[in-house]
Amino acid sequence: MSNPIIEVSELSKRYHIGSKLPYKTLRETLMNAVKSPATLFRRNWSGGDETFWALKDVSFEVQQGEVIGIIGRNGAGKSTLLKILSRVTEPTEGEVRLRGRVASLLEVGTGFHPELTGRENIFLNGAILGMSRQEIKKKFDEIVAFAETEKFLDTPVKRYSSGMYVRLAFAVAAHLEPEILIIDEVLSVGDAQFQKKCLGKMGDVAKGGRTVLFVSHNMQAISSLCTKAIYLESGQIKEFDRTDSIIPLYLSSAATHARRGFSINSYVNAKASGTWIKGTEAVIEISWEKHRLPPGWECDIACYSIDGTKVFAIQSHNIEGFSSEDPDINSVTFFVENVGFGERDLHVDIGFRKGPSEPYDVVLSNALVLHPDGKSLPAYRRSDVIVVPNVRCITNKK
Amino acid sequence: MIQNNEIIIKPRKGWIPINLKELWAYRELLYFLAWRDVKVKYKQTALGAAWAILQPFLTMVIFSVIFGTFAKVPSDGIPYPIFVYAGLLPWNYFSSALSNSGNSLVANSNLITKVYFPRLIIPASASLSGLLDFFIASLILVGMMFFYHFTPNAIGIILIPALIFMTFIVAVGCGLWLSALNVEYRDFQYVIPFLVQIWMFATPVIYPVTLFPEKYRWLLSFNPMGGIIEAFRAATLGHQPVNWNFLALSAGIGILIFLTGLLYFRKLERSFADII
Repeated sequence: MSNPIIEVSELSKRYHIGSKLPYKTLRETLMNAVKSPATLFRRNWSGGDETFWALKDVSFEVQQGEVIGIIGRNGAGKSTLLKILSRVTEPTEGEVRLRGRVASLLEVGTGFHPELTGRENIFLNGAILGMSRQEIKKKFDEIVAFAETEKFLDTPVKRYSSGMYVRLAFAVAAHLEPEILIIDEVLSVGDAQFQKKCLGKMGDVAKGGRTVLFVSHNMQAISSLCTKAIYLESGQIKEFDRTDSIIPLYLSSAATHARRGFSINSYVNAKASGTWIKGTEAVIEISWEKHRLPPGWECDIACYSIDGTKVFAIQSHNIEGFSSEDPDINSVTFFVENVGFGERDLHVDIGFRKGPSEPYDVVLSNALVLHPDGKSLPAYRRSDVIVVPNVRCITNKK
Repeated sequence: MIQNNEIIIKPRKGWIPINLKELWAYRELLYFLAWRDVKVKYKQTALGAAWAILQPFLTMVIFSVIFGTFAKVPSDGIPYPIFVYAGLLPWNYFSSALSNSGNSLVANSNLITKVYFPRLIIPASASLSGLLDFFIASLILVGMMFFYHFTPNAIGIILIPALIFMTFIVAVGCGLWLSALNVEYRDFQYVIPFLVQIWMFATPVIYPVTLFPEKYRWLLSFNPMGGIIEAFRAATLGHQPVNWNFLALSAGIGILIFLTGLLYFRKLERSFADII
């Protein structure tokens, strides 16, 4: 068998957190230097400095032509892993071997300059991403056609709409031809149609025999593009397997995520019923074990479309009829009226917290996935206005 | 074939040598970043590149009135306006190159945290973009040479490109030190303008070296720009021979700053993305 194109062994990255970072002032260093002169110009992180392992002992191998999805919650180490693989930052321990030309896309439009025109930015951005001038010239027309910005080529990009800006930026990146392509969550930008186009382009890239590493929260994109997926949790690989067995694992474990050590799914149940057609109500019922929810807490829901766009959030303190003062109350039922949303899958997060401006103590991500046909609650985003449905709710004791 | 360009990423310790092969591979990026700075510089200005002429020209006029006419600063026996302009021209390039490259890493932090390329390209490209202004502004010097009837000698014409290159080397050398320090200690963004101002008074731009008593003149040559500016003036105007000893010492110190700057920059480079 040939050597893997990417070989990661026992990779770890430590970050320093706490008051000493990110900026040390010269005065501090000079004061330290006066106390012990050898420390001047030597990096020392001593003194009450906390460290944090963003990645710990991560090892995996990728064969040429594989398309690997990387999934995990925020802070699981996905971006750190990509930053090390793209050589933006150095690992603290471990080693990576890359056997091919690497291009990485950690952000759409890196190095775009607002004062330069679309044409100028294509060349600048292409060069920054590692294309030669010849290569850019050759692909220039293709890039412009893909971005659909022909008319504005000689306009400074600061006058572009955000959609045009993103389209142009993605178009440049989409025409890179490295052997290894590393992509961070970049598809969460642009409208649905352009996202589809980007996914299509990435599919072509993958079919062309190139190796792709791809971070996303968009499970649909991951499952349609990637053969295998890495599931990261707290800086470690929890599972590395075929995509279709990783995604259910991720979604079910995401639902048990708890911030302060409760395991919430052991005592919280959520279900949905009703229909979701214009003018009707969907019913979301959340129930919990008696006396497990401290009196006065609130129970909120947030609804996301499949690509992770927040469609709306419902905070129970804003809703008439909500009260959890009585410890005997053990369920809340939200009746959400469809005031003209579309028909798409909707993912529902449920959160519990002490009060309106407190952090959530318990979050169930993806507790419910609602489908348009019956027991559903889909919605869509119209331009940039988030439409909030009419909601009422009741609390119950049983 | 793939084996040939295997990249190994692992933690590096201590001093890191300069990867010339890689720098060469990224030469186009150096060009594009310098080109960007040039393009952006005079965007949305009414006078555009005319500023490259106006700024040094007006400075020359003001300095000629204040230092030449009122303060009667000596000028090696040649008219003060052309004397001061022949000093201002390389000095302006140096000071803009120095402050641009000193601030370059922080100004390009979005690139540093998102894309890999040899970081040396950033301060180097920032020092390059001022060259265009330099060439535009040198048209004034050519005009003044016609006006005052000065002709450079043969050695001068050969020497001028080398002096421009040396100015670049000194500016990048200081820029490497300052930009790397600036990543960790933002204090240096305040140090740089101050440094440029003080440095100008320590350099024979508005006065000749002969203003100093002969015994202490050698002190000036520890300032790398001292020898370079004196030599630039002598080479272009041909009013006096080039002081080779003075120039050699200045150039040597300039190269020393450049090499130590490279070492220091390379040593800190690996942590730029984490602390910027």
